[in-house]
Amino acid sequence: MKTNDKSNKNRKVPMQGNIALCEGAIAGGCDAYYGYPITPQNEVASYMSKKMPESGRIFLQSESELSAINMVFGSALAGKRAMTSSSSPGISLMQETISYLCGCELPCVIANIQRGGPGLGNIAGSQADYFQSVKGGGHGDYRMITLAPAGVQEMYDFALVSFKLAEKYRNPVMILSDGYTGQMMEPVELKSYDSVAGDSAAGQEKYLPDWVLDGCKGREPRKIRSLIMEEGALEKHNYKLARKYQNIRENEVLVDLDRMDDAEVAIVAFGIAARVAKSAVDIARDAGIRAGIIRPITLWPFPEKEIFSITQKIKKILVAEMNMGQMVEDVRLASGGLVPVKFIGRPGGGIFTPEEIYEHLKKII
Amino acid sequence: MNISKKLYKFEPPSTLKPARHLYCSGCGHGIIHRIVAEVIEELGVREKTVGIAPVGCAVFAYDYWNFDVTEAAHGRPPAVATGIKRVLPDRIVFTYQGDGDLAAIGTAEIVHSANRGENITVIFVNNATYGMTGGQMAPTTLLGQKTTTTPYGRKIDADGYPLKVCEMLAPLEGVKFLARCSVSNPANVAKTKKAVKKAFECQVEKKGFALVEVLSMCPVDWEMTPLEACKWVDEVMTKTFPLGIIK
Ligand SMILES: Cc1ncc(C[n+]2csc(CCOP(=O)(O)OP(=O)(O)O)c2C)c(N)n1
Repeated sequence: MKTNDKSNKNRKVPMQGNIALCEGAIAGGCDAYYGYPITPQNEVASYMSKKMPESGRIFLQSESELSAINMVFGSALAGKRAMTSSSSPGISLMQETISYLCGCELPCVIANIQRGGPGLGNIAGSQADYFQSVKGGGHGDYRMITLAPAGVQEMYDFALVSFKLAEKYRNPVMILSDGYTGQMMEPVELKSYDSVAGDSAAGQEKYLPDWVLDGCKGREPRKIRSLIMEEGALEKHNYKLARKYQNIRENEVLVDLDRMDDAEVAIVAFGIAARVAKSAVDIARDAGIRAGIIRPITLWPFPEKEIFSITQKIKKILVAEMNMGQMVEDVRLASGGLVPVKFIGRPGGGIFTPEEIYEHLKKII
Repeated sequence: MNISKKLYKFEPPSTLKPARHLYCSGCGHGIIHRIVAEVIEELGVREKTVGIAPVGCAVFAYDYWNFDVTEAAHGRPPAVATGIKRVLPDRIVFTYQGDGDLAAIGTAEIVHSANRGENITVIFVNNATYGMTGGQMAPTTLLGQKTTTTPYGRKIDADGYPLKVCEMLAPLEGVKFLARCSVSNPANVAKTKKAVKKAFECQVEKKGFALVEVLSMCPVDWEMTPLEACKWVDEVMTKTFPLGIIK
């Protein structure tokens, strides 16, 4: 995937993050959307309820997030591009079926417009579901490709390419956003699939996979299941999944480096926190501090190698997250203990100011 | 043998795989699988059918039925069926669920898919217990019935009353066909087949939601012989769950 693509000078339209997510999904070929209301992402279901039927696609308001994700399961196994969205408490309810989707290797897209927790928390944006998304909030040994948009354009871009990414690996893709990004308005360029993915348009054609359940006309019956009881078969299945996850690690890592060429200190931040960190780096640069930003775009697979190689060149890392320290664990692992990794966090219900991050940066260097 | 072969068709339908069941002796699931398989064959819809197995003893249904079958998380088959039927409206989509799956953990899914009038068929196997996990109380366990979690018998004050799914769903306008049958004797097996056929025809004719509740034997967990279990269905279970076309 190409990011920060500046070659395309098409007209931009102002759009809210949650709406950009819908537009991206529709442009990406979403066949069916299922969801249950929860703030701060109610715009998604409202917009989809209007837009999806206009082009003969499916919208259904389910009785719960449990049902929504299981409807996604049904449409995905029927070979269609299915999506749901929710915010943190609703995503918690989906965890069991996310595990089933991974076990059954069904592609689909799930968007989490995170809010503060634990529990009902509040409706302000947050990044506290990092662990849940990248470490497996459901049971079993599975992984979910997790994309973290840092702005409205990326809400559109990531929704656009996520179905194909999910299909490529037969795996759910999580778009891990937050209430701030979902609610804010920014100019968006409604790009084509090719210009975002850097792939040919041919890639956007719907493939007809050989595992879909749509009636056994002209072929042997198929089954899709995650219960694997035959002697040794579950272990074999898990090895196969592990190879797939390794393949994803080797091929799908995305990371955005900003002013890292001459940097001696790096802020590692994702999503909305990276946006604030950008302004903090502006202030630091003005004050003569050579700071830069490492922004993981894929939270899983995590840019381990990229962070490790950068740690050879810099003196310190500051991780800034809107939680009390989740991604920082992965940064510490990736840095191999070669440089000190400091942390600044704002838990659910709060958001940083650039000055706050800058002051912290000053203190640690 | 030759005479009976002429009188009755004993060859399994093309919709059943030549596989050995893992069900206990006297269990009703095998009979109900066969009924579903025969109906699908007779309606000529094998090649456009997608079945959904539950979590429960029938989880392996995909090893027995010779058409496309998936398995849903415990209680979620009606939501999965909805997700299939909405995107493939010309396919025949049905769920096959036990009483724990449908009437306990999956109550919301069955009520709301019924209420939406989802054009699917539901085969609901009521054996008054949780077979797969070893005979615990189900929502349909009878008053006084002993299970591994009601050792003194099901009591109203602790566990409430047996849940009557058909009666609960009957007032919902999206529900177009409801029947309660049993597989405890040959006459009832024949009636069950008729009801199951109607429930699938309801879907073929795009009328809306159809459900057949089948009272079924679980001799092992009931601690009865297979014959006693059949008798218990006829003489005891049907008092709480009367048979008939409900809607
Ligand atoms: C979320 C979840 N909870 C519990 C279980 C364990 N479990 C497996 S089958 C079952 C009950 C099955 O009973 P029923 O639906 O009546 O079907 P039967 O086995 O009697 O045919 C339970 C509780 C599970 N698999 N998943």
